[in-house]
Amino acid sequence: MELTGLFFYVVSLLIMGGIYALLCLALNVQWGMGGLFNAGIAGFYGVGAYTSAILSTAASGRHLGGFSMPVPIGLVGAALVAGITGWAVARICVRLKSDYLAMASIGIAEILRLVFVNESWLTNGSLGVSRIPRPLSDFTTGRMSDVVFLGFVWVIVLLVYVATSRLYDSPWGRSLRAIRDNEASALAAGKNVEKYRIQTFVIGCAVMGVAGGLSAHYFRFLSPTATDPLLTTFLVWVMLMAGGSGNNRGAILGALTIWTLWSVTEIFTNRLPPEWATRSSFIRMLLVGLLLQFVLQRFRSGLLPEKSPPVRFRKD
Amino acid sequence: MTEQLSVTGLTAGYGGPPIIEDISLSVEPGEIAVVLGPNGAGKSTLLKTIFALTSVSAGTIRLGERELTECRTSALVPLGVSAVPQNRNVFPSMTVDENLDVGTYAAPPADQKATRERVLSLFPDLKGKLRQPAGELSGGQRQMVAMGRALMSEPKLVLLDEPTAGLSPAYLERIFDLLLDIRKTGITILMVEQNARQALQIADHGHILVNGRNHVSGTGEELLGDKDVRRLFLGGAAG
Amino acid sequence: MSEFINFYLFPALTIGSIYALGAVGISMIFGILRFAHFAHGDLMTLGTYGILAAAALMPVNPLLLVPFGMALTVFAALFVDRYFYRPLRDLPTIYTVISSFGIALVFRSLIQLVWGSENQVLVAGVRPPLILFDTFRVSVLHLQAIVTTAVIAVLLHFFLTATKTGRSMRAVADDPELAEVSGLDTAKVVRWTWIIGAALAAVAGAFAALNTSAHPNLGWNLLLPMFAAAILGGIGKPMGAMAGGFIIGMAEELSSYHWIGDEALISPSYKTAVAFVIMISLLIFRPQGLFKGRLL
Repeated sequence: MELTGLFFYVVSLLIMGGIYALLCLALNVQWGMGGLFNAGIAGFYGVGAYTSAILSTAASGRHLGGFSMPVPIGLVGAALVAGITGWAVARICVRLKSDYLAMASIGIAEILRLVFVNESWLTNGSLGVSRIPRPLSDFTTGRMSDVVFLGFVWVIVLLVYVATSRLYDSPWGRSLRAIRDNEASALAAGKNVEKYRIQTFVIGCAVMGVAGGLSAHYFRFLSPTATDPLLTTFLVWVMLMAGGSGNNRGAILGALTIWTLWSVTEIFTNRLPPEWATRSSFIRMLLVGLLLQFVLQRFRSGLLPEKSPPVRFRKD
Repeated sequence: MTEQLSVTGLTAGYGGPPIIEDISLSVEPGEIAVVLGPNGAGKSTLLKTIFALTSVSAGTIRLGERELTECRTSALVPLGVSAVPQNRNVFPSMTVDENLDVGTYAAPPADQKATRERVLSLFPDLKGKLRQPAGELSGGQRQMVAMGRALMSEPKLVLLDEPTAGLSPAYLERIFDLLLDIRKTGITILMVEQNARQALQIADHGHILVNGRNHVSGTGEELLGDKDVRRLFLGGAAG
Repeated sequence: MSEFINFYLFPALTIGSIYALGAVGISMIFGILRFAHFAHGDLMTLGTYGILAAAALMPVNPLLLVPFGMALTVFAALFVDRYFYRPLRDLPTIYTVISSFGIALVFRSLIQLVWGSENQVLVAGVRPPLILFDTFRVSVLHLQAIVTTAVIAVLLHFFLTATKTGRSMRAVADDPELAEVSGLDTAKVVRWTWIIGAALAAVAGAFAALNTSAHPNLGWNLLLPMFAAAILGGIGKPMGAMAGGFIIGMAEELSSYHWIGDEALISPSYKTAVAFVIMISLLIFRPQGLFKGRLL
């Protein structure tokens, strides 16, 4: 009994770990390859989650829906809508200093959250969307469906990993890293810096949308709290920084490590006396915030550093 | 007052391979010295190095008895060294008056009013524009504001990086005349220039750098007469 | 007309004051240290709770306790700058942005840890509004906020144009390299930037909490409009940021006035979106802001 319990705990850990791995791979395209700071991951994640949920659920009087499409179509829709949202933001901000993109992306995430909460006809407001189907649900029942879903998530992680790794080594990826490391000389070499950056941002946002879609199918329920910036945006940044930005394996490893730490500490803190249990989540947040500072100062290359050393350039 | 600027065996760069190598030169107090050379010869880097904006790997910089090599940039103004960079040489959103005032912060002159009067008498053009933002002035006027700011700390030595870059010929003459006026007040000037002929005409000494190294040095007249120099920098035409 | 003034104009000016006080710090930090300070909203919250803590011990008007909030925010700002931002100064500034994003979380979780996450009120009870000229009803708080901000604006203007430190700050914001070449004390300028930014954040936090209530997300929720205000005013232009704060505050509040017919022009739940839309339109059409700030 203990063992099966442990088994399913590990399964759930790996499912969420896989979803975070996708977010990290996506952020790695944007930040690790493109040097773009996206502070609105939660927004793109949320767009993807709602798109996939609305496309795949059966009719319900409470929100837009009734399309009953297969889950993979829902996920493609999630990628498209999140990608287009990202494109709109990137178009405007990408030529400015990266701080402006950070402000605009956090802004769009905030607006999207308002839309999720207020537009009940679309999302059923804070009551959320329920009865979201899982993929391959005809073949499995009960807890085994978690195991199937685990496979489904990690197949997608693998696909995205292969795709982004090939991108990284492609001429496209090399141009991108050249731009990240020395914009002036890349411009001089005739690279269309703006176009590359927009592409990077859109690809990243699309993958974030898929991750959001997967989370909706996993929980079978979706409400605006899923787009909480702390648990998505922030944690993903810590994961990528700790894992090693610029390295896809580092991104996955970072996601799994930090998510495991995050989840396992929850087991311990739940055993604390009640007056401390509520505070323990704040302590965890505090520690994650400090962990980010440590990584930034002392451990910038992460667990698995970027393989090809970034092109050095001097200020002048 | 015998504070000679002497640079010996200076090698420096920006962290990568050195841009200037084994440079030696000296500037006597109260004279105008000009550094010439083709593009990329390391002229500006030499000035930046004296101003502690690069990393020095060998050699020394001294002003009189004082060693400057290890000084930080912000410590140089109080030691009597001012600099005027080539581009972005004024604080654009601040008025001309404020720009001059900022020049006194690091090394307040004994009599601020008198210094201000003296500096403004060198640049009469600025008198009517004291309340105008420096960013709205013409290139030549900005150069004057920048030189004025550098003089407000009563320096012994002023470094100028291409003070006539991008100026119209009329302004170019004005600036060179101003340099002679400044020299009359006993201030030593070391400058980098592109307009070789005019610069050598007003300079006491010239130093020519090629590929980051000393090439030729001599008095202004000697260099103006030197065949090699004429061929390289003065377009071959007779001086 | 008097309805418009009583229920829209004065509240709008109050919100504008809060944004203005917060945006000054954001604009100065962006102009002088060159990064978007994501922890500024939470710094404001910290100020609020500093005042709240003092109020628990001293039952006087909380506005008299603002100095305690200021002390806390100034200390916190100087501390995080010394130990978290300064070690990253030589890297591209985006690393400092990321760090400040984390510091925002650190501030917020510390507040929740020490004071809990419930709503708390600074002053219990309702005070009757002042009645001016028999028609205008203004809450005392709104008047206090607007007058305080106006006084601070005048003092700040004097500080920036007439004092050595203020002028040095403007010089560093204009051109940091030239400021260094001119021998200015950059470390001192940075210190004063934090002191002023943090102190004004505490004042903003006090008014924000008095206007509604104190809760750990108070400042974070105001961050976006404050960024918008700083961009509107032109980065590195503190007085512009103040004007920007008022414009954003007015735009947000007045967008829900029933200009046409009886319906609010824009649903009040989308107030935050107004600031965002203004910010985005500025980034498209006039990224240097209304008052010719620097474009970083």
